[in-house]
Amino acid sequence: MSGWSQHQGHAVALPIHNVDTDQLIPSRFMSTPRSEGYGRFLLHDLRRDAHGETHSDFPLNRHDHASILVAGRNFGGGSSREAAVYALVDAGIRAVFAPGFGDIFAGNAINNGLLPARISEEEMNLLFQGLADTALAAEVCLEKRHLQIGDQRIGFDLDPGWRTKLINGWDDIDLTLTYRTEIDRHSQVLKQRAPWIRPAQITKNS
Amino acid sequence: MTAPCTLLDRLWTAHEIVRREDGASLLWVDRHLVHEGSHHAFGKLASRGARVAEPDLTFAVVDHYAPTRGRDRIADPQIKYMVETLRKNAHRHGLRLFDLKDPGQGIVHVVGPEQGLTLPGLLINCGDSHTSTHGAFGALAFGIGATEVAHVLATQTIWQKKPAAMRIRIEGRLGPGVSAKDIALNWIARLGADGAQGHAIEYAGSAVRDLSMEGRMTLCNLSIEGGGRFGLIAPDETTYAYLRGRPYAPQGSVWEAALANWAKLITDGTATFDQDIHLNAREIAPTVTWGTSPEQAIPVTATIPDPNTLANGKAQGARDALDYMRLAAGRPIEGTPVDQVFIGSCTNGRIEDLRHAAAVLAGRKAKVSGLVSPGSALVKAQAEEEGLDRIFVDAGLDWADAGCSMCVGMNGDLVPPGKRCASSTNRNFRGRQGPGALTHLMSPAMVAAAAITGTITDVRPLLEGRAT
Ligand code: SF4
Repeated sequence: MSGWSQHQGHAVALPIHNVDTDQLIPSRFMSTPRSEGYGRFLLHDLRRDAHGETHSDFPLNRHDHASILVAGRNFGGGSSREAAVYALVDAGIRAVFAPGFGDIFAGNAINNGLLPARISEEEMNLLFQGLADTALAAEVCLEKRHLQIGDQRIGFDLDPGWRTKLINGWDDIDLTLTYRTEIDRHSQVLKQRAPWIRPAQITKNS
Repeated sequence: MTAPCTLLDRLWTAHEIVRREDGASLLWVDRHLVHEGSHHAFGKLASRGARVAEPDLTFAVVDHYAPTRGRDRIADPQIKYMVETLRKNAHRHGLRLFDLKDPGQGIVHVVGPEQGLTLPGLLINCGDSHTSTHGAFGALAFGIGATEVAHVLATQTIWQKKPAAMRIRIEGRLGPGVSAKDIALNWIARLGADGAQGHAIEYAGSAVRDLSMEGRMTLCNLSIEGGGRFGLIAPDETTYAYLRGRPYAPQGSVWEAALANWAKLITDGTATFDQDIHLNAREIAPTVTWGTSPEQAIPVTATIPDPNTLANGKAQGARDALDYMRLAAGRPIEGTPVDQVFIGSCTNGRIEDLRHAAAVLAGRKAKVSGLVSPGSALVKAQAEEEGLDRIFVDAGLDWADAGCSMCVGMNGDLVPPGKRCASSTNRNFRGRQGPGALTHLMSPAMVAAAAITGTITDVRPLLEGRAT
């Protein structure tokens, strides 16, 4: 994953609360190999009617070039499916601004270079107004933690560790393996001091 | 003098290998549970050429795509592919697999405890948000995404920032026909679907102590529906009695050593929480959802709320939900006709759940069709031994094999578009049980009541004079 610290694109509003990960990608698409791309599944059943026709007034259908999403409270709650983040990222979304995110979703987002930026409810309402029937050019700056739309500048919250990770595009496995010695020591101590922790039967490698 | 500790503090400290400057902890993972949905993670592992670090601590279960009927030949190529991919990955890495025909097969959050893989004091991860279920044993258990699953597979550790601590204390006795499901829907309706975001929830109080392990699992399972990634209950005699003699649980002198350790897994009397919530068990009625978020729940005796009376910010969501659910504000929820019912899932597919439903259904006929899918093959066998399957079948419901089934519909068990289902599951999200499906969440006993009358019904009168 490559890191980033600035992004310029268009912002669009999705003024809905509780957009859960079942909405972001319905479960029937989740057996698809990632190499086929997940963008077309993003918010599939909200964007289309039962016959597969797209709703022309749905924000992401009107502005399918948008890369910055402003959404309602509790975005990405529910299922742990990382496919919800794949759908956003593959559809070209780089940042989501909302008053709150599902805890698992937010972690998944960071692991895929997608910014889950927390803003206040007032700022959300302000952005909803400004983006009511249009998409606007906008710029996200991770270093300074702000979103610039026209002459409006909105700060956002992000865990500092997550910000560093996004900027550097770090892979956790590489980072973790630098703690090999500490991990091995922990595991050895456990085996000696707390034998009850291991499963009573050991799997015979088939 | 050490500072007073919460159960969360104790579990966290015991698993922390290092803590980074930014506050993230590297935690040791004692059990890792994987399922068909973990295919992205195994793919990531393969692309690095890495192996599963601790195959003996990693267990694979077929559940999300498990057919509940006609297991011998899986007709759908996609489902077959998902099951076979898990088989291949389990075989390649030498993992114990609970395959379709295994007597221990079932939903991962039912299988873990049932096999004694879930124990107090452990850290348990699974690529599934309802991993919070295992916290009912006093384990630090939380759901993770695919990148994190790959990380646990490769390193047997996970990076995590310690969540804030919340306690939900429920005192008093639950009324007849009221269960852990109702407690959960009650607090979620009160605090919101994001009410516990960023928090680990410890459930305490006499009503929690009085719950069976099944009830405690239901309660912890639903933590995520209120935004909490972790649910926790301190272990006690009920916990030990459940675990004793389970296949993977410690035995003999090791069991004794375990008990001595588990007794220390408590929250100190003087410890404080970032949020402390109190509920009175006596005030909780059988509860049902009317909308498309678990927070949109009301007592079965109440009327569907008028969006105009809801707090600013919730009104539009409520209007959209009523529109999707084809319901009118101001009408009683009781009496709403349903087209079908479902009993099952990791929330309410355990033996006690089936007993509760059977107690209502015994000697009665269902007015609508319905499916009962036990949480595991062991639950199924137990239910058949007790004759519960006969009660369901005689009532006119289908009795099927174990799996996630109609909770998520991945195996093809779907609610048709526009049909209304009374369901013992955990998510009433739009389309969760199938595109256009209308889901009402409730306890298994309430689902049974809906089956009998063909409408959403208060189960309590139907239980009068019956042993439950
Ligand atoms: S039963 Fe439902 S909630 Fe539970 S693991 Fe399966 S799909 Fe997830």
